[in-house]
Amino acid sequence: MILSIQNVVKTYGNYRAVDNVSLDIPKGSVFGMLGPNGAGKTSLIRMITTITGPDEGVILLDGEKINNRTPEQIGYMPEERGLYKKMKVGEHLLYLAQLKGLSPAQARKSIDEWLTKFEITDWWSKKIEDLSKGMQQKIQFIATVIHRPKLLILDEPFTGLDPINTTLIKDEIAQLNESGISIIFSTHRMEQVEEMCDHIVLINKGKNVLYGEVEAIKNEYKENLYVVETEGEIPDGIPDKYQVDSRSTNSITFKLDDESQSNELLKAFLQKGARITRFEEILPTFNEIFIRRVAESGMAPVEA
Amino acid sequence: MSKLSLIIRREYLTRVRKKSFILGTLLAPVGLLVYMLVIFGLSSYQGSGELKVAVLDEGNSLTAFPDEKGVRYVMSGGRSLEQLKQAVLDKEVDGVLRIPKVTNFQNKDLTVFYYSDEKLAPEKSNQIEDRVVAKIKEFKMDSLKLNAEQLKLLDSKVSIDPESITGDGKDDQSKYTAGVGLAVGGIMTFLLFFMVLMYGQMVMRSVMEEKTNRIVEVMMSSVKPFDLMMGKIIGAGLVGLTQVVAWVVLSGAVSILVPLVMGIDASQMQTPMAAGAESIDPELVQDTSFRIMSELSRQNWPLLIFAFIVFFLGGYFIYSSMFAAVGSAMGDDLGEGQSLTLPATIPLILAFYIVSMAGWRNPDSSLMVFASIFPLFSPIAMPFRMAFNPPWWQVVLSLALVIGTAILFVWLAGRIYRVGILLYGKKITLKELWKWMLYKG
Repeated sequence: MILSIQNVVKTYGNYRAVDNVSLDIPKGSVFGMLGPNGAGKTSLIRMITTITGPDEGVILLDGEKINNRTPEQIGYMPEERGLYKKMKVGEHLLYLAQLKGLSPAQARKSIDEWLTKFEITDWWSKKIEDLSKGMQQKIQFIATVIHRPKLLILDEPFTGLDPINTTLIKDEIAQLNESGISIIFSTHRMEQVEEMCDHIVLINKGKNVLYGEVEAIKNEYKENLYVVETEGEIPDGIPDKYQVDSRSTNSITFKLDDESQSNELLKAFLQKGARITRFEEILPTFNEIFIRRVAESGMAPVEA
Repeated sequence: MSKLSLIIRREYLTRVRKKSFILGTLLAPVGLLVYMLVIFGLSSYQGSGELKVAVLDEGNSLTAFPDEKGVRYVMSGGRSLEQLKQAVLDKEVDGVLRIPKVTNFQNKDLTVFYYSDEKLAPEKSNQIEDRVVAKIKEFKMDSLKLNAEQLKLLDSKVSIDPESITGDGKDDQSKYTAGVGLAVGGIMTFLLFFMVLMYGQMVMRSVMEEKTNRIVEVMMSSVKPFDLMMGKIIGAGLVGLTQVVAWVVLSGAVSILVPLVMGIDASQMQTPMAAGAESIDPELVQDTSFRIMSELSRQNWPLLIFAFIVFFLGGYFIYSSMFAAVGSAMGDDLGEGQSLTLPATIPLILAFYIVSMAGWRNPDSSLMVFASIFPLFSPIAMPFRMAFNPPWWQVVLSLALVIGTAILFVWLAGRIYRVGILLYGKKITLKELWKWMLYKG
């Protein structure tokens, strides 16, 4: 486990921002921390990054209780992020890298590598305030990973990025993950991380609502929904035992009692001589799972 | 390098490199340079505007007038007033000075007349009057057969020399002691007040800037909030010291080099009026400057400088930590935080008022004694009193309180800062600041 959170509690005044949360993050995983705004994600991250301390519970990074050397092993890009506007790109990165424990020579080497990678070597003596928002985000990302952390925590990393830079950063994250860096994604936009994460935790009102592997969770929450699309209109005479969930002219969704019925359903369509353009099981989105899970546990979700 | 020293270095370098800092640091000595050039210009203007005055001594009783700086005298040589007036019109001389015959020695109010179409500058007028007074005095002494030496014996100078009764006699004071003390103390107070206020607010603005820039959470994931706050306070404090040292060195260089380059006599620049006033006893002048110098040298400079530095650091840490705490609680709106900055600025301004109102009148009044010990006032008030040899126990108590308070305030400010700096979009009241201080962990 790269990170192990055990029974952590954080209160602000009378407000329990993090309420007895426990979870483990496997080494090398891309971990999604999902939940609406104000659910307690940032409070949890602030404790992992030692910005604040937990009132109760223990946090272990790579098997070691977090301490004052922890910040050097973590790269954190907060949602509220910024840079010193008056500083030059090079000296800014040098400063942040040294604060993460790199020697000036190491820092310089690492900065050169990243600037070369992003093809922005000529930015060294540009002032931050002269860069566009997207360019500043790139620098922010470099600053986060410059010291090659064990664990990378990205809080809403794609806000404010255009599609091109989003793809660029996604690729970089994937590469970093392949090279062995564990990654935590924190976001309230659940659809965004479904494609990237292998594990997730859903947090609502400071509580761990749902936690596990992405595939396992999706399978657990699937409702045996199957969509069939045909060329032309949907043929009549499909047996009633297949419960229709929704339909339009050439698309129909069934809710099956058992997933083993899927082949029979397909057969029924083939017998009607319909030309099928799509036949697919529909897995629930994390949005839907979240809403169901919250309803089950009897908690109204925090307004997003 | 430790993280704290990295932060100090960045805070220091970014400020020192700023155009506004360089400009401010250079402008003060440049201002002094301009001032000196203006004075120099004025004194040389006066020199070129030399007046040639014909003296018509109707009593024929005065000896020849010697030339002096700015005024040259020619005696009438038997010419009548009309002839002399013509000489003025012919531009032979600038004006005619007619001195009526002195008959009644009882009459002290004499009038002399000056004929010219040009306006006589007040300064020249004073100068000529002084010369005439001296000449008439000479004439009167001659007529009354008075001996100048004997006459001098009649003059006495009296000055009150305050002596302490219980003191050990070393405490030898004079009227100069008070004056020199006021000057030395006043300059120190003034400098301390402005440096603490200016650099304390600089810390506040910089904290607010980091918060609104949203860099602060990035920083928090690398360094402790306390380190970030201390780095800022120390960095800005060093910038302040740099500025003071630069001002002292540059001003010193300007005031020494400029007169050398211009080839002017520095003593003349300080008192351009004194040039024509020979009537002032040169012995007295020498005496005054000598006694001021001796008073200055009698001040315990090592102690004064030590006190200045300790009180500057103490006051700076007390107030800048307050400003840092306030800055951390504020949003990006300076006006909104007015109620929060007041508790930090009021004691500072109050201390300055107490010194400038009560201190000038009596540096040892009970109000001043209180102000010089109360730690929120003492960084401003005690250095002022230091020039008047206050009882040593008061100084020690004051120093101890300032250092203790500075440590306490920095600690408390750190507790407010770490909460405030990560809080957005909420209007903060003083009550909340108080609650933050008491938060655990």
